[in-house]
Amino acid sequence: IDLIISTLNMSKIGYFYTDCLVPMVGNNPYATAEENSTELSINTEVYSLPSRKLVALQLRSIFIKYKSKPFCEKLLSWVKSSSFARVIVLSSSHSYHRNDLQLRSTPFRYLLTPSMQKSVQNKIKSLNWEEMEKSPCIPEINDSEFCIRIPGGGITKALYDESCSKEIQMAVLLKFVSEGDNIPDALGLVEYLNEWLQIIKPCSDEPTASALRWKIPSSWRLLFGSGLPPALF
Amino acid sequence: MAATFFGEVVKAPCRAGTEDEEEEEGRRETPEDREVRRQLARKREVRLLRRQTKTSLEVSLLEKYPCSKFIIAIGNNAVAFLSSFVMNSGVWEEVGCAKLWNEWCRTTDTIHLSPTEAFCVFYHLKSSPSVFGSCPRKNMQITILTCRHVTDYKTSESTGCLPSPFLKALKTQNFRDPVCCSLLEQPNIVHDLPAAVLSYCQVWKIPAVLYLCYTDVMKLDLITVEAFKPILSSRSLKGLVKNVPQSTETLKKLMTTNEIQSNIYT
Repeated sequence: IDLIISTLNMSKIGYFYTDCLVPMVGNNPYATAEENSTELSINTEVYSLPSRKLVALQLRSIFIKYKSKPFCEKLLSWVKSSSFARVIVLSSSHSYHRNDLQLRSTPFRYLLTPSMQKSVQNKIKSLNWEEMEKSPCIPEINDSEFCIRIPGGGITKALYDESCSKEIQMAVLLKFVSEGDNIPDALGLVEYLNEWLQIIKPCSDEPTASALRWKIPSSWRLLFGSGLPPALF
Repeated sequence: MAATFFGEVVKAPCRAGTEDEEEEEGRRETPEDREVRRQLARKREVRLLRRQTKTSLEVSLLEKYPCSKFIIAIGNNAVAFLSSFVMNSGVWEEVGCAKLWNEWCRTTDTIHLSPTEAFCVFYHLKSSPSVFGSCPRKNMQITILTCRHVTDYKTSESTGCLPSPFLKALKTQNFRDPVCCSLLEQPNIVHDLPAAVLSYCQVWKIPAVLYLCYTDVMKLDLITVEAFKPILSSRSLKGLVKNVPQSTETLKKLMTTNEIQSNIYT
């Protein structure tokens, strides 16, 4: 989401103010110069690009215990009342939960709610994407039923299930990731989304050049802490 | 997780949950669990009351004492600064306090407080009612003071090279006055109570400024408290501070009292 907001230079249009996430503030994470670096940002902000009819909701902190379900309800109620045509959730799942088949295939998966399937099924088919596989609901039990599980996906499954029952057009795009430097994963996921939405012109030749087409925000600096003390060496 | 001085690793208290915990909780939860959780949530509510009489405040504090300047100090060094420099000048009347409980901290019941105890007391300046306007939200300006450990500060150099303690500021969009120090650069962020207050002010367009002191001494410390001094010239605190040398003396006395009370064996 940071890459999309930063690359498309989306404008902040508001806040999704709740008590469900750990509070946090900081200066403009997409600052490019001294002049635009002093605008305060909070933990949940809404950005838009009217020319592309695109709205992005960025969540910057984690959920407070037992508040993720109320948050999902508030979010989907806002989605419905704002009459968004469709919702796309960008997410991830723990790569260590993959089964043998998943280990050998692409790390990207998608999921569509029934109402979304009706409108975009053909387009998704043409992209040759892999749908998220069902896995045993209770892994330890052999004859357990199969269902969609997204371990490490946070509220993704809850949002998906609720959207199915509320007939919201929702697509989930996710990547199997590991802990660590997730910048390449973010670039991968945004390229995956771009195959479908064509946010920026797709580049079919060199996959490595893709990283250069997305604007890395200034707030991604020092992801692993400050510089090292010279005395260490 | 946090490592202590003695090398043990302890689980740091955290209200943030992971989705795996919640999935399990959701599956096993019974009506009794839900009731326990509801009661715990009620117990965690913050109550405002008058300390002397222990009666709850019937109306909101800002309705009863509408003000144009609201100053909050969070943490022992910030509180010591405010007590010595601001509240030492002029007569401040206690108008209420907040009583709270949660699984990791509770406020104390004592009347005589040192800056290191967990408590929240509201004071209002008796001698200058004009400081307090009649429209709580319209003309109000909020100043927040707090401290953070210097290792929380991200910079391309090593934090060991930084001239700590040093002051950084964050302000809401509607805060137009000049700040007394440089603004907190990305990728640094603030969380917890100061962030909650600033977020509220940003969303509801209230002018607010947070002055954050990065220090390497988290207990009550003279040098850290004095690092807040540039704020004395700000518009928020101007007129509220009368006698700086006297305030410095008060601060030194506060330090000595606190030092006697604390040592590593208690």
